Order: sequence, then structure tokens, then C-alpha cells
Amino acid sequence: MRNPSLLLSALKADRGGQVLLGLLAIAAVAVPVLNLLVPEGSFFHLSTYTVTLFGKYLCYGLLAIAVDLVWGYCGILSLGHTAFFALGGYAIGMYLMRQIGPRGVYGDPILPDFMVFLNWKELPWFWEGMNHFPLALLMVVLVPGLLALGFGWLAFRSRVTGVYLSIMTQALTFALLLAFFRNEMGFGGNNGLTDFKELLGFDLKLPGMRVALFLTTVLALAVGYIGCRYVIASRLGRVVQAVRDAEGRTRFIGYQVESYKLWIWVFSAMLAGIAGALYVPQVGIINPGEFAPINSIEVVIWVAVGGRGTLYGAVAGAVLVNYAKTWFTAAFPEIWLYALGALFVVATLFLPKGVVGLIPSRKEKLA
Amino acid sequence: MIPFTTSLRRCLLAACIAASLPLHAQEPAAPAAAEAGAEAGSVTAAPTGFPEVLRALGGASLSERSALLDALLAAKHPNAAAVLKAWLDDHLHVRDADGAVFITAETEAGDPGSFGLTDPVTLAASGPEPSEGFTKVGSNNALRKLLRSALASFTLGSPDAEVRLTAVKEMLRAPDDATLATLRERRAIETDAAVQAAIDAGLAYADLASDNADTRLAAVNVLSGSLAGETIAKLEALRDPANEPDERVRSAAVVAISSISLKRSLYSGIETLFFGLSLGSVLVLAAIGLAITFGVMGVINMAHGELMMIGAYTAYVVQLLMPNHLAASILISIPAAFVVSGLVGIAIERGVVKHLYGRPLETLLATFGISLILQQTVRSIFSPLNRSVATPEFMSGQWVINDALSLTWNRIYIVLFTLVVFAALQLILRRTSLGLTVRAVSQNRAMARSMGINSDRVDAITFGLGSGIAGVAGVALSQLTNVGPNLGQSYIIDSFMVVVFGGVGNLWGTLIGGMTLGVAGKLLEPAVGAVMAKIAMLVFIILFIQRRKQGLFPQKGRAAEGH
Repeated sequence: MRNPSLLLSALKADRGGQVLLGLLAIAAVAVPVLNLLVPEGSFFHLSTYTVTLFGKYLCYGLLAIAVDLVWGYCGILSLGHTAFFALGGYAIGMYLMRQIGPRGVYGDPILPDFMVFLNWKELPWFWEGMNHFPLALLMVVLVPGLLALGFGWLAFRSRVTGVYLSIMTQALTFALLLAFFRNEMGFGGNNGLTDFKELLGFDLKLPGMRVALFLTTVLALAVGYIGCRYVIASRLGRVVQAVRDAEGRTRFIGYQVESYKLWIWVFSAMLAGIAGALYVPQVGIINPGEFAPINSIEVVIWVAVGGRGTLYGAVAGAVLVNYAKTWFTAAFPEIWLYALGALFVVATLFLPKGVVGLIPSRKEKLA
Repeated sequence: MIPFTTSLRRCLLAACIAASLPLHAQEPAAPAAAEAGAEAGSVTAAPTGFPEVLRALGGASLSERSALLDALLAAKHPNAAAVLKAWLDDHLHVRDADGAVFITAETEAGDPGSFGLTDPVTLAASGPEPSEGFTKVGSNNALRKLLRSALASFTLGSPDAEVRLTAVKEMLRAPDDATLATLRERRAIETDAAVQAAIDAGLAYADLASDNADTRLAAVNVLSGSLAGETIAKLEALRDPANEPDERVRSAAVVAISSISLKRSLYSGIETLFFGLSLGSVLVLAAIGLAITFGVMGVINMAHGELMMIGAYTAYVVQLLMPNHLAASILISIPAAFVVSGLVGIAIERGVVKHLYGRPLETLLATFGISLILQQTVRSIFSPLNRSVATPEFMSGQWVINDALSLTWNRIYIVLFTLVVFAALQLILRRTSLGLTVRAVSQNRAMARSMGINSDRVDAITFGLGSGIAGVAGVALSQLTNVGPNLGQSYIIDSFMVVVFGGVGNLWGTLIGGMTLGVAGKLLEPAVGAVMAKIAMLVFIILFIQRRKQGLFPQKGRAAEGH
């Protein structure tokens, strides 16, 4: 970090961020204690299912931060961010598939079950080496990053902006959805990758492993948040906000708008990839359904509900909406889509600043 | 064969009405005939007269009946056709009491327990008699084939060319020397070109087996004008010296095959083009409403697909209301869907979109929320299951142009319908005062307002127009696929692609863009498969937009600067 004081001052002024990081710290202590140390019959015991659920929400939170970074600070409404999320998930999924080894249904030491089922004789080239954890981790950020780089380079250079860009990102994830549904792609087709056994030699079903994954997610979210805060506070971040507010003027002043947009776009895609990589071991499956355009649009609504352009609002929105989703789809499955639809309309019409906008800021209180 | 059956039916009816001949009149002959029948059944000497053969038929076994059929034809009795027809239709029965054979028909009262009887020799009607006392003169597959072929040779004399063509095709299914001779006779006096061609092809097939090399050569030359797939198969066999000793015939076959293949690939090219155009028409229909709301007004309406879905469900409901008038229900559902979807669209505009003008990304999200609500509403009302809307008769089936090319009617109608909708929309926008105000507001809102145009009202009407067109597109879709809550979702990305590809704010761009994408998709499909073709199209558009972000036909002038 070239200028750590910049980050410190940014964090000092960021009250919402302090609350978020504080809550994450509390969760990092409380969740393992309540899950592992409190006996199972106790009222305070937190079930492993709930731990995984929270972990899932926090992955969504990280994804929401990635979307908020480009939408809230750069004005790029991405309707295809789950494409990066899913690619990160597939990268770690491939590693987990290779870890199964001979314990698969068909017992092939190298080939994952679906390849045996499809009568494939050898591993496709892009599966080679995916049994090494460091390589898988690299792929988690590299693949989404490269896709974002290619797409962004083409799009920003030819000045595709606004709604057009949104529709293009949607087409991108839709194309990937169709592609991954094909068995010939070599990613398990319709069923995707599942039946994972262990990560780094630890059984994924163990409560301790679940807690470890949860803690990793908390850590990733905290680091991701601080990283985004830093990027925004840096020169790159300030130019990017200028682009959001007046792209033409920023260009005329002499900034090369395209490259600023491109870097923040690629960074955001990598964050989304990491979120996906944390998500997959916890839910235990990745399939092409994750690419569905509707998922990407849902992410955008988390950000809109939470409060766009705040980062912590995005996390709040992701957790709130997903908690509501879990509750509604269990209690009133019929009503969930009505509620989600209404949320879109209400958030855009009546809550331009999201729920965090409802909390009066310190300045307003003083006035 | 319709005229034939009606004339037969008329005959029987007249006979029934004029049933003056008492049943007794036939009785004296009956026992004797029964004896004759018994004889024919056991003795090898074949009966020759028409009445005798008929009698023999009653007692004969299935295997003996084919010989009796030949005898029946050889007798050349004017009623033979009626007997064969009745036999084929299981309307030929033997009276168990005396072995007399009758053509039976349902009684006028429709009583299933009894028959109206017609004597095949005299065509005099009698009856009704209880059906218990009768045995059907049965047939098996082999017999039915012979019967059909024999019947066809009777209908060959029909004045209707269609009937003759069917008859020729029927006879060629199982050609033998007799049928070929009949066909040769017919060919000499045949006037209709299609029937001539069918007979020529059939005779040529038979001639390919001839011992005379010149005959075979002539046959190959005749067949080189044919388009049928089986012709190629037959000619392929001739290329092998083992099958065809004559060098000239072999080389003629090679030439003929290449000429036929060329023509067939030409026609299959036309077919692909047509499939592409019909797919493109669906895209255009889906996109053209969007071209108005997105292109003219600049409003992103993610609920556009759901407005199509509402149109499709309107067609479904209209059909439920009038199940007995399929054709009428489709015609009624077009304006009905326009009105229903249009009203829903206006409600969306007044309720939500109006408050978000100038904030396109928020509009996108809000209308997406509306699309979720509409989907769930439909799911709650109509259940999540797919519904099918029946296709009226004039739209089903296909138009057979020749052996290599046939087009389905519903696709032809979709293409025509798209063009009509497009023309109507162009007329509204170019030739009416409404269209004038819509264009004025889209080009320069402030100036239009200062000219006294109520831009609020124009916005609502424009949005309603675009939504109504979506509803009409939904009716068309209901004829192609099942109607379900997710119907719209699958078209929304495609239709955005078409609008963006064609150039926003340009209806012609939408038409040409949609057709281009449809044809290109269908051309790619055989090479890479449907899914890869779709992916390729998406990638192509993503790349295309990088090069020309204003689409194929960019808007010119000041209006373009706003984009």
C-alpha cells in the first residue's frame, strides 16, 4: 500500500463501514463459539445449517460489494456479474471434483463421474492441474478477471455505455448459461459439479470445516470491503467517480476514461469470482443455473435496496433480501416473487438511497 | 376420393329411399346361390360371373379371397368399385342364413344393432335387418393393399386431377404388370401435368428393372427430372456395375444424381431461408413493440416479454370462451390481446415508468420488478403449467410445393402477419397525427411541448402502442409454442438484441435486424447445433455493438446525439 494513511482516513470517516467491520468481528467470534462450544440442546446453540446459511449470505455480500463498486461508483450497471461469480465457483468446483479421486460413484481415479458417464477417456486440457489448490485459487481470480478484461476492453474502448452496456452484460451471462448447459463443454452440463468430498484434506461435512469456511468468508468480506474502500479513496477511485458523474468532461480534462473503467471493472469481476469460490464449498454444488440473468438482476436489487454507492449498504441489502428470501420461500412460497417484484419497484421509486439512506447521517443530525 | 364416396353414398341413399323391391324377390335364388358359394369354397374351379364371385367371397378363406378379387375385377361389372369400397371399409357382410353378400350401411335411425342392406348386383336396397345374423367379409393387410390399388385404378377415370393423382400414387405403392399397363393407358390420355409427372416417375421406376438397356437409359433420363429422395436411392444402386451392366446407363445415372442433388440442395436452401425468415419474424414481432418503447421513447421495459405473455394468455382465454370457433377465436384474440396488453402497458407507464424518466437504469430495475409480479400473477391465476392454444385448420398442415420443398402454413402465416403488423405500425407512425406527435416528442420533447403537444398523454399512448404490439406478438407465439408464465422471459434478451442490432429508434432496422439474425441463426444451426448457433449470435452481436454501437441503421441528425 503506497499510502496507508489514505486508507485510515477513509475508514475513519466511514461510519457504516465501521459498523460493518465491527459486526463481522463479532460474528467471527460468536458464530464459532455458539456452534462448536455451546452444547447442541442449548437455546443458544447455532446449528451448522445456520452457520452455512450465514456464510452464504456473506458470500452474497461480497458479490454485492463487487456490483456496488462498478454501479455505485462507476455508473456501470452490470446485469451479468453472476457470470464472474459462477466462473469463480466453477474454478474451485473443478478443484473439489479432482479431490474426490477414486471415491466417485464410478471409482475412476482421475476422471470425475460425469466424464465417465459421458464415456470420456481422458481429462480435457483445462482440467489438467486443477487438483493443485494454488492453481485453482489462481483460476478463481484469473478466469473472471480475463473475461472481464476482454469484455471490458471491447466495450469501453468503443464507448458502449448505460443501458446498452447493461443489456450486453446480460447477453454475456446468457451466452455462458447456454454454453455451460452443454455436456460437450466439459463442466458437467446440466448437473454441474457436485458431490464434493473434501477441501485441502478436510471433510467438507464436518462442523469445524463449516466454521472454518464461514470464518474465511468473514475474512474475505472484511478484506474485500477494506480493499474497495481503498480503491475508492485512491486516485483511481476518484477519477472513476468523476466518470460516473460526467464521463464526457472527465475525458476532455485529459483522463483516459476507458482504462480507469476497465481496471475497476476487472477488479470487481475478480471480487465476484472470489465470492463464488467461497460460495461453492459451502452450498456443495455449482451448476449452470448460477449464470441465469435473473440472478444477476437480483444482485443489483440487493444493492439498490441496501443503498447504492455505499458498499456497506450493499452488504446490508444482500443479507436483508436473502434473509427475506429464505423466510418467504419457506413460509409463503407463492408470495416471494410478488415481494421481490414489489421490492424492485419500491426501491427504485421510493428508496433512491436504499435502507441505509433511511438512517440520518451525522451531518443531517447536526443541521 | 371424396367425390367417389359421395356419389356412392348418394347411390345407396337413393336406393334406400326407393326400397320398393321386396325382400322375397331375392329369396328363390338364395338357396341355390348358397350352394354355389359352398361349391366355390371347396372346389378349385374358379367362378367367373360377378354375382357368382360375390357369393363365393362369402365362404372363402382369406387366402382364397385374393384370387376371388382378381376374378371380381375380371368380371368388369359396373358395381365392382362399390363392392371393393365397401369391402375395404368393412361394410361388406354375408348373411349367415343364406350366404348372400350385401353392402351394409348404418340405418337412418343410427341404430348400431341393425344394418341397412344394399344388394351389390342390383344396387337395390332392403333392410334394415339385425346385424347379428351377418358376418363381415374380412380382409388382412395384404388384401387391403390389393383392394386399395384396385380401387385406385377405378378412380383413375375421375374428372378431378387431385383424385387421379392420389389414385396414381396409391397404385404405385404396389405396382404389378396390370397396374403398370393401366397407368400406361392413362398416361396416353392424361392432361394434368402433375398426374403425368407422377405416372412418368412410376413407370420409370418400373422400367429401371427392365432387361433392355435402352429402356433403362430412357428411364434414368426421365428420373433425372424428379426431386424425390427415393429417386436418388434408386439411381445410386445403378452406379454399381454389379447392378447395372451397361456403361451408358451408369454414367447417365451419375449425371442424373448430381442434377437431382443440386436441385434438392437448392430447395433445401430455400427451406432453410424460409425457416430463418419465420424465426426472424418471431424475433421481429417480439422486438417491434420494444423498438417503440425503447427506440422511440428511450424507455427500457424489461416487462416487455411479460406483455407478450399476457397477449398469449388472452388468446388462450378467448379460445376457452369460444371453443367451437377456432378460426374466429384467433382473429378475435388479436385485437383483444392488443387492448389487454396495451392497457396493462399504460398502467405500467402511468404507475411507475412516468416517475423514472431520465433515469434509464432505475427504469430497467423497476420494470423488471413488474415483470416478476406479472409472472407470478399469471402463475396464481392460470397455474404454473403450460397451456396450449389450438391451431385453427387453415393454419395447420403444410403447403407441399414439390417433392423436395414443403412449407408449414403456420410459419407462412407468421411471416405474413409480421409484415402486416410492421406495415400497420409504419402507417401509424408516418401517416397519422398520433404518429406525428409521437415522433415529435421523441425527437425533441421540450420543443414538442412548447408547440402545445401534451407530452404526458403522448408518452402513455406510445407506451400503450408498444405494449399492445407485444400482446399481438404473444398471440402469434401462442400458435408456435405452448403458453406458460415464462414465455416472455425467453424472448426478452433476444428482442433487446434485435433492437440494438438493428439500430435504436429505427423500425426498419428492427425488421431487417430481426430477419438477418433469424436467417443467420438457421444457417449456422446445421453446422454447429442450435445452442452453439444461439451463443454464436449473442457473441456476434456483442462484438458488432463494439464496432457500430448505433446498430445497423443509426439514427441521423440531432435526435441521435441524445443516445
